[in-house]
Amino acid sequence: MSALPVPAPAPAAGLVAEGVSLGYDGRRVIEGLDLAVPPGRITAIVGPNACGKSTLLRGLARLHPLEAGRVLLDGRDASRLPRRDVARRIGVLPQSSVAPDGVRVADLVARGRYPHQGWFGRHSSDDDAVVAEALAATGIADLAGRPIEELSGGQRQRVWIAMVLAQQTDVVLLDEPTTFLDVAHQLELLDLLTALNRERGTTVVMVLHELNLAARYADHLVVMSAGRIAAEGDPGSVLTAGTVREAFGLDARVIPDPVSGSPLVVPIGRFHSADDRM
Amino acid sequence: MTADVRIARAGEPVDAVGIGAVRRADRRRRVAVVVIGAGLAVAVALAALSFGAAGVTPDRVLAVILGGGDRLDRFVVLDLRLPRIVAALVVGVAFALAGAVFQSTLRNPLASPDILGVSAGASLGAVWAILGLGAGGAIVAGFAFGGGLVVAVVIWLAAWRQGLHGVRFVLVGVGMAYLCGSTVAWLLARAEVREAQTALHWTVGSVADVRGDELWLLVVGTAACGGVLAFLGRVLRPLALGDDHARALGVRADAARVALLVVAVALVALATSVAGPIAFVALIAPAVARRLVGRGGAAIAASAAVGGVLTLGADVAGQFAIPGFTAPLGIVTGVIGAPYLLWLLSRTERSRA
Repeated sequence: MSALPVPAPAPAAGLVAEGVSLGYDGRRVIEGLDLAVPPGRITAIVGPNACGKSTLLRGLARLHPLEAGRVLLDGRDASRLPRRDVARRIGVLPQSSVAPDGVRVADLVARGRYPHQGWFGRHSSDDDAVVAEALAATGIADLAGRPIEELSGGQRQRVWIAMVLAQQTDVVLLDEPTTFLDVAHQLELLDLLTALNRERGTTVVMVLHELNLAARYADHLVVMSAGRIAAEGDPGSVLTAGTVREAFGLDARVIPDPVSGSPLVVPIGRFHSADDRM
Repeated sequence: MTADVRIARAGEPVDAVGIGAVRRADRRRRVAVVVIGAGLAVAVALAALSFGAAGVTPDRVLAVILGGGDRLDRFVVLDLRLPRIVAALVVGVAFALAGAVFQSTLRNPLASPDILGVSAGASLGAVWAILGLGAGGAIVAGFAFGGGLVVAVVIWLAAWRQGLHGVRFVLVGVGMAYLCGSTVAWLLARAEVREAQTALHWTVGSVADVRGDELWLLVVGTAACGGVLAFLGRVLRPLALGDDHARALGVRADAARVALLVVAVALVALATSVAGPIAFVALIAPAVARRLVGRGGAAIAASAAVGGVLTLGADVAGQFAIPGFTAPLGIVTGVIGAPYLLWLLSRTERSRA
């Protein structure tokens, strides 16, 4: 993994949700939720299906309107800031991304430069340098001239991440970035985000499905259940058998991950336990 | 194209220079399509100036263009033939620009103003202004704009569900097209329009009689809308990635889409108010342009070039392709367009399955 894109990290941005409520068509999914995202750290949001974790991320990203409350960016109400200014601070990878037919990797990644370009925005050689560095950082520099549809799922996800990197924000929000990837590519992607966080101090917030990977990669773990935060903090103290039962309604044993030492959730189902004599 | 070869070689990482090469290769291709299209348009226009019953030979046409020629030749070339050629070109440009904006902002190759009934709505507005109010010129264009806008708003209200998804809004639009089309026919019948030419103009579309103030309004209006699009068009790059990505990149997606579509409706209104609802140009020209330009671009300028050539070519073919038989422009574009629409529909079905 080569050097990550410039510039030197700005003072880590504070992203705070204050009493936010979000919903769809009058149905509230999240009611009066508070969350302070630790600046310069990796935060993972986990929880059962339909607990509102993606909705919360969309609210933080200004992709979904708040019905109540505020999202503060460095202490200022993000909804009152110009979208372009927010786009220079917060990069977002939504859950599903569809590229236009025939678009090439370099062109797609270059679209991440949009908030940095003026009204008659033409790409400059500075933009080219940022795009090249984003491709290098995501390990896809050799794909620059290839059409997106020729790439594998793992490569495509890297292209989208490279686009978010080219946006040069100090906060990156990702909605289930590992969903369509096999386990090797999941690890590769989470390693990439960790490198980004450690080398540039980028604040990373991601919604993840996979509890054990979340516990391993997150500095700060947020467990959600039914539209509220069931527990948050250091994964080691948050992810207990009690929390898993409360949030997921699942019995589990939690043991130390033999590789990382982070909590490892081993679920207990009806069958296949040691005393299952079937 | 050398840049392409260098970059395509697997395993060779690119630097900023390589990225610039990819970007410039894409731009060269866009520019080439526009330049070749414009060159073709000029060539067809020059050829068309020497076609016709009056039998002015090409060397005399050239003399007229260079400011010479006798009075009769000047009248035939400049007053009889040139307005129709300019009208066909500009009407084609206007419909193609409108189609490119509709298709790219709505992210659907079927979402063209002619399929969605926006052209039919503009036609209805124009016919109403002419037959009902006895209006002419800019007032007709204004009513056409109103008619097109009403159809666009109805589609928006009827089909909007957190975005314009699937085929719902295309179906609503097709319904609106029928409604407006049959109302035009009814208005023409009620007003006892006996001139077949007039009725044809408003049901099929023709550029045979566009001249004078009407032509000026068309040219100036289309140029103005084209200028606005050149300014707004860059928002299409993030918008083409979908609303979530566009918003994350700092675009006010809904506002941008509404602004672009209003300009597109204005273009449809201008073209329709002078030439009637010319079928399929707005649907086909952007599709051809996108194919020529490739690389996932919206191909706005290329669409304009293709639309101009296609429409002028269709009008010339309608007049001279079959000796002793002339067809109005809208019939020729219909004959070209219908098979494309069928092909597009069959392909859409397959990709959904």
